[in-house]
Amino acid sequence: MPKGFRDVYFVSGGITRFKKAQPDKDFRYMVKEAFDYAMADVPNLTVDRIDGSVASYFSDHFTRQLMAGIMVQDYLGLCPKPGRRIESGGATGGMCFQSAWEAVASGRMDVCVAFGFETMSRVNTWKGNEFIALASDTNFDYPVGGFYTGYYAMMVRRHMHEFGTTVEQMARVSVKNHGNALHNPYSQYPMKLTVEDVRRSEMVSDPLTRLDVCVMSDGAACCVLASEEMAAKLTDRPVKVTGVGTGTDTMRLADRPHGDVILLPHERPEDYKGLKYPGVHSFRGGRMAAKTAYEMAGVTNPLEEVDFVELHDAFTSSEIQTYEDLGLCRYGEGGPFVEAGHADIGGKVPVNPSGGLLACGHPVGATGLMQAVFALWQLQGTIGKHFGNDRLQIPRARRGLIHSHAGTGTYITVSVLERGF
Amino acid sequence: MTDMTEKPAGAGGAGEVKEAKKIRLPETEEGTVVFNIDPLIVKDHYEIDYIHSYAQDSPFFIGLASGKLLGSKCPECGYAYATPRGHCMVCGAKTEWVELPKEGRIHTWTTCYFGSEAFLKETPFTLILVEFDGFDTLFLARLVGVEPSQAQIGTRVKAQFLRNSKFKPTDVYFVPA
Ligand SMILES: [Zn+2]
Repeated sequence: MPKGFRDVYFVSGGITRFKKAQPDKDFRYMVKEAFDYAMADVPNLTVDRIDGSVASYFSDHFTRQLMAGIMVQDYLGLCPKPGRRIESGGATGGMCFQSAWEAVASGRMDVCVAFGFETMSRVNTWKGNEFIALASDTNFDYPVGGFYTGYYAMMVRRHMHEFGTTVEQMARVSVKNHGNALHNPYSQYPMKLTVEDVRRSEMVSDPLTRLDVCVMSDGAACCVLASEEMAAKLTDRPVKVTGVGTGTDTMRLADRPHGDVILLPHERPEDYKGLKYPGVHSFRGGRMAAKTAYEMAGVTNPLEEVDFVELHDAFTSSEIQTYEDLGLCRYGEGGPFVEAGHADIGGKVPVNPSGGLLACGHPVGATGLMQAVFALWQLQGTIGKHFGNDRLQIPRARRGLIHSHAGTGTYITVSVLERGF
Repeated sequence: MTDMTEKPAGAGGAGEVKEAKKIRLPETEEGTVVFNIDPLIVKDHYEIDYIHSYAQDSPFFIGLASGKLLGSKCPECGYAYATPRGHCMVCGAKTEWVELPKEGRIHTWTTCYFGSEAFLKETPFTLILVEFDGFDTLFLARLVGVEPSQAQIGTRVKAQFLRNSKFKPTDVYFVPA
């Protein structure tokens, strides 16, 4: 733990089932549902013991309501306790989780609720893509044909050029994540797929097909973080937040430098002779976030020391790129890594056992918190209780990693969670 | 139109004459587009024109109108930006304007078969990041004159400009050199 900070525990969480559209409940009601679920899981936690909250939602365009965060605070009956909103694009949920961690770690709060939501069904899919593309430079990037799938397609095209990554390896991610989701009742699109299905689906931005890309969703998620003393009162299965890291990169893809790899403890400069980094093929912010979180948690070789990962697979390509940023394999080896089954349940390190964003959905402000909740249940060993089946439970999971990612790798958070019992 | 519930004039006592004439907001014939009832889903329109300044980036957009592609160069550390920026991200110094070569190479590309609503009608279109000799960063543009999905990394491309400038980054586009 950094000097002056105290230990923080993750005691409870809740999620709504993500859907394409949920017009019968507004964002306040959806969060209320996730919040009530989290509260019910820790019966000793009463609202008067909550010190404050952090709200997470990405786009004011989708809500068409400024200060929507306070409306949730109000609806949950948390006024006049402190609250604030966090926004960092696709990483908003992960950043919210870390902001709640800070509130407890600093001693400002003993119990802090992190809640998040997005209501993307309020516009059609292509308008929604426009809203998301407004999270690229609106002078230089957006007007040229602003479209996030296009940006990611350009990044992975370069990854393919540098490292020989194949579209079949990318498709393998889609097969894995949609397949895992078959056992996750919270998932939006569980599917049994083949690599051929993924490649045969409609081309969106070459080389990414529809099944390489996540979808728009409505949904909410909620996490409760507490000090050691409060955690002991609330649960006999606390999960400790042992590492927190955040990284950033330039807003414009065009501005990414071509320098040296930021090395993790198990890597050497010779591993990357001649590789210009990060370029547009890798996420320097992800590496920065991982490095910081690993240092704090004392992780020196993530592949050996992390039991599972829930990462931001908005695109199959970015899951492969993220294996590398997280140091699960070397830069350039992400394609073969998934192809060999290392990221499967039962593999070296299961990645997105929940089904990830590809299959669970991506209601942006809720997404990072959804990953946290899935990780909490994995570490508590309560997947069976919450999913109604334990097919996705990673046996003896002691340490998990959650990764939240914005823009073209512009804001990225990595948090390390460990069993605290 | 007469409101049938209105009291007949003078029905009230003395001093109530004014109240007897009911105050009503005039009705209009504008309606609401309804998609669904219970939950009630209606159309909610929103539109805005901004007064947008390109500020310190203005010379780039003005340059496009005269067929010039301008980047930035740092006089302190020499870092050269193919997409302009007012201050150097490496050392913080104020940058100077420099003209980019007319030709570069495709660093990476994609063809978009779908897009944001604003660009959906232009699909399929090809996006490229262009690299230029002597510049440390790239430039995002459209590639024209190559069949969808047929672009290649490393291909030499040259800048062309719209005759009627729109003062948008799409005033410049690239074609095979
Ligand atoms: Zn400089």
